[in-house]
Amino acid sequence: MIHYALKRIFTGLITIWFIASATFLAMHMVPGDPLADEKAVPLEIRTALLEYYGLDQPLPVQYLRFFNNMLHGDFGLSFTQKNRAVNDIIRAHFPVSALLGCIALLFATGGAMLWGALAARFHRHWPDYLIMGVVVASISIPGFVFAALAQIAVLHINQQFGTQFPLAGWGTVQQMLLPALVLGLGTMAYMARLMRSSMLDVQQAQYIRTARAKGLSSSRIFWIHTLRNAALPVFSTLGPAIAAITTGGFVVETVFAIPGLGRYFVQAVQQLDYTVIMGTTVFYGSFLVLMVLVVDLLVGVIDPRIRLQDGR
Amino acid sequence: MPIPAWAVSHAVNANTQTVQMALSTEPPNLNSLTSTDSVSFFMLLHLQEGLLSYGDNDELVGGVAESWRMDGTHVSFTLRDNARWSDGKPVRAQDFVFAWRTVLDKKTASNYAFIFYPIKNAEKIHRGELSPDELGVMADDDRHLRVELEQPTAYFLSLTTFATYFPLREDFYTTQQSRYAADAGKLLYNGAFTLKEWTHGASLTLEKNPQYWNAANIKLNAINIPHITNDANTLFNLFQSNEIALTELSRETLPQALQQRLYIQSFLNGMLNYMEFNFREKSPLHNHALREAISLVIDRQALVNKVIAAPGTRPTTNFFPAWLPGLLPSTNNIPAPDIEKARQALSLAKKELNVETLPPLTLLIYDTPSAVRQAEYLQRILQQTLGIQLIIDKQIFKQKLAKLNSGDFDMALSAWGPDYNDPMTFADLLASSNANNHGRYSNPQYDQLVAQAARLPLGDTRAETFATMQTIIAKDISVVPLTEPGIIYVQNRQLKNVKRSRFGGDPDFRHAYIEEKPSL
Repeated sequence: MIHYALKRIFTGLITIWFIASATFLAMHMVPGDPLADEKAVPLEIRTALLEYYGLDQPLPVQYLRFFNNMLHGDFGLSFTQKNRAVNDIIRAHFPVSALLGCIALLFATGGAMLWGALAARFHRHWPDYLIMGVVVASISIPGFVFAALAQIAVLHINQQFGTQFPLAGWGTVQQMLLPALVLGLGTMAYMARLMRSSMLDVQQAQYIRTARAKGLSSSRIFWIHTLRNAALPVFSTLGPAIAAITTGGFVVETVFAIPGLGRYFVQAVQQLDYTVIMGTTVFYGSFLVLMVLVVDLLVGVIDPRIRLQDGR
Repeated sequence: MPIPAWAVSHAVNANTQTVQMALSTEPPNLNSLTSTDSVSFFMLLHLQEGLLSYGDNDELVGGVAESWRMDGTHVSFTLRDNARWSDGKPVRAQDFVFAWRTVLDKKTASNYAFIFYPIKNAEKIHRGELSPDELGVMADDDRHLRVELEQPTAYFLSLTTFATYFPLREDFYTTQQSRYAADAGKLLYNGAFTLKEWTHGASLTLEKNPQYWNAANIKLNAINIPHITNDANTLFNLFQSNEIALTELSRETLPQALQQRLYIQSFLNGMLNYMEFNFREKSPLHNHALREAISLVIDRQALVNKVIAAPGTRPTTNFFPAWLPGLLPSTNNIPAPDIEKARQALSLAKKELNVETLPPLTLLIYDTPSAVRQAEYLQRILQQTLGIQLIIDKQIFKQKLAKLNSGDFDMALSAWGPDYNDPMTFADLLASSNANNHGRYSNPQYDQLVAQAARLPLGDTRAETFATMQTIIAKDISVVPLTEPGIIYVQNRQLKNVKRSRFGGDPDFRHAYIEEKPSL
């Protein structure tokens, strides 16, 4: 188990190095001038700016400098948000994205279990068709449509009933629920489908037949044997799902005016803010690697078969 | 988690004299030495003040300075006795000297350093040829500031309203080092408001500054900014639910506002939208007849009414927007397209360029929906009338700028906004040495007129000089002025006296107040 974990941590570090290097190269290959502004500046100012940001150095030197600073945990100052350190940006805005992501994930996993199990329970009956219809719609309709619709719905409710549900913003629990729901919807739909097919597989399995033959009650078979086994493959997608939800909040964060890291991540790419691009990418990359690792180890704990296969 | 006070308050409150609004983005840079963007300028207008300021009708009024005198190249300012920083210390002449020298220090890398060039030695200091101590600015004592100019500069006083000219206190700035202005506590204020709270990316609160010399005439107690988003629908929804008092309308939200019979206002934001040509030898657009042919087929009325289709925007043929002071009265007759003349010009162009058919031309634009619609209109009209094939080169912000700067275009749709209240802020743009003259248009006569206008005192001769420039631009077809864009917006009926300004920060809430009952 420890050997397995160490091996995974090592490959994780290699992955992060690769992500950082590939992003660094790709970023410098993107056409465009990171220091360009609507009002062009005379040559001497430009030279001073290039020096200030270290962009006057050849690329290999910039790369080595970046790595040296990264190993010291310093990603430098943002190009567009002058005076703000990239570390401060991550520290201030990632917790917001993480909290939003956690609530969204609770919605997603809880909902997926419920709807997936229900659909499988009523396989090829109307609840199955209804749920799967909603699920397919949720996967195909983009998040910004849901976000906008949800906000208009709240506005109309407020105007009709004189209530004061918040339309946007961040800080209160009420302000968190709606964006989290919208954010979790896609993942919930995807996981619900997985849950349903997994349930159907398990229902056909030999041990379920054995359990039935032993005369166990159908509710006991459903709760203890089917549901628990069927949930496993769904749990193993949690790692990427956590990363997707915490990083994929750009649209939701914009519509609901939430100060999450997703907005900074996307805007940095649009504005060629080199230091923020590198900082957020390395941070998110590490986060993804970590989450996949944690989930894999946890699945190993939940399901002894996986641990036996890998833990030599 | 405690509920912030603003979460339960409304767009306006007459009892507390507070207003709520939204910002499109987090203020990127509140360090006045290096700020360049409109959101930061909006914040700085309320938080700090220069020697002079603009009044309600864009006239110059005293800011930190209570009186001033300009005599040729000598300018002197007397500072107010009661101008104070938010920590109670007086604003001194030395604070201006320190700020201005720091801007021109190459290490500061300020984009707007060139706005100091009228001051003696500024350009040489900025190039690193002289030390910052040799800048033509002196503090005689705490309250008297003297400025030496390179040459008489009529618009110099307007420049002192600009954010880059704001004062800065050396002791405070040095202790903050590179983190100056990064947070609410890392700034000093000498303006009408102070930044009380700044939660990055989420909210800001501006509170009336009791130390401000004119605090008695500031009626608003607070400006709350509970939301930061650029989503037009969200902003309009927030306005409708009475969470913000003011918002711009987009093409998408305008129909809803009309349907609900909201009171919609518009305002020309001072900008000019125009088409640039590439005068480099590699582009066929260096040919005058070809530029003429293209300029003749553009129907500005159709462009404004059918393509842009947003109320408030005006077609124009003038390079100098009519709101600028110190211009001769101009007529803005929008000519109808002249296809016949355009075709003649085109055949002349082909002869001069020695080609049978023209190669496809590229039109460089930003990837915004409005720019794309305008480009598609031009593409169609050029194809239909002249058989010219136009390739639309749609680029994101930084890439369009990079291509403009490197001359990688034939034509481009560009916009220019004024920095100060004088025609020079436009005239300068087409000078051959200007870095924003992307197409490298160059006419020695025009350059000479720019240099002349810079020196001339305000008056008829100067106004005529600008008129001559306009004639040259029209004759050379250096650029094609297209439209003066307008902003359309809705504003809470109780919110009064908000000034919309074309330069130096917009909207201006400094003299705004909240009325008791909605007026009808």
